[in-house]
Amino acid sequence: MVPLENYLIVSGLLFAIGAYGVLARRNAVLVLMAIELMLNAVNINLIAFSTYLGADRIIGQIFALFVVIVAAAEVGLALAIIIQVYRSRASANIDDVDSMRW
Amino acid sequence: MNQAQTFFYVLSVLAILSALGVVLARNVVYAAIYLVTALLMVAGLYVLLFADFLALVQVLIYAGAVSILLLMGLMLTRPARDIVLDNPQKPLAALAAVVLFVILLYQALASNWSGRVSAAIGRASLNDLGRVLFDRWVVPFEIASVLLLVALVGAVVVARIEERE
Repeated sequence: MVPLENYLIVSGLLFAIGAYGVLARRNAVLVLMAIELMLNAVNINLIAFSTYLGADRIIGQIFALFVVIVAAAEVGLALAIIIQVYRSRASANIDDVDSMRW
Repeated sequence: MNQAQTFFYVLSVLAILSALGVVLARNVVYAAIYLVTALLMVAGLYVLLFADFLALVQVLIYAGAVSILLLMGLMLTRPARDIVLDNPQKPLAALAAVVLFVILLYQALASNWSGRVSAAIGRASLNDLGRVLFDRWVVPFEIASVLLLVALVGAVVVARIEERE
């Protein structure tokens, strides 16, 4: 059996890569992809903790299921917003959306 | 090294390499393909963790639906071919990501997990998952379905082209 730490390290690495993508990308759809990576890293953590430490080994899986549901809703809405931004500014560049910047 | 460990290392290395591909690729479609690979490898990790149902959900919803949705988004907001996809703040972003990883690594290694790991790591069956989901977690589950409906209607309303009279 693989030690729990290995799963934590893999998920930490995935989370850090996703965070880099969110900070470094400027195309909105690519930022969304990086957010999906971060959510997946969190899911690995939830399931690993539930399998290794949980009393009934189920709760973490249920949390992960809810994370997947919310992520699906988030992607749908975010893409609608991105498409609307693209229509009004002819670009999906998040640096262009700065009309509310102080 | 037994079979589970071999699978774990192969899947994790592939997942991390494809994740790097997602954030470093110069072509947006390649980034999407890398994302699909990374998500499938994570599904393999779920299987190793005895979360069969979650692995199935991962393949169906993430690798199937979400990635298709993202590809549609890329198609509809087609970036110009020679445009720069990255911010000028890239070095700072890399620094922040490395610091974040070091903190996570330190926490993962400093905590004493081995004392608390259950002796027999067994599989929770799909039966148990369904029973708990529709017993103790049934209200959040129904709320989640309403959330999906609201997101669906909201996406249609937001993305619609308004007709001006």
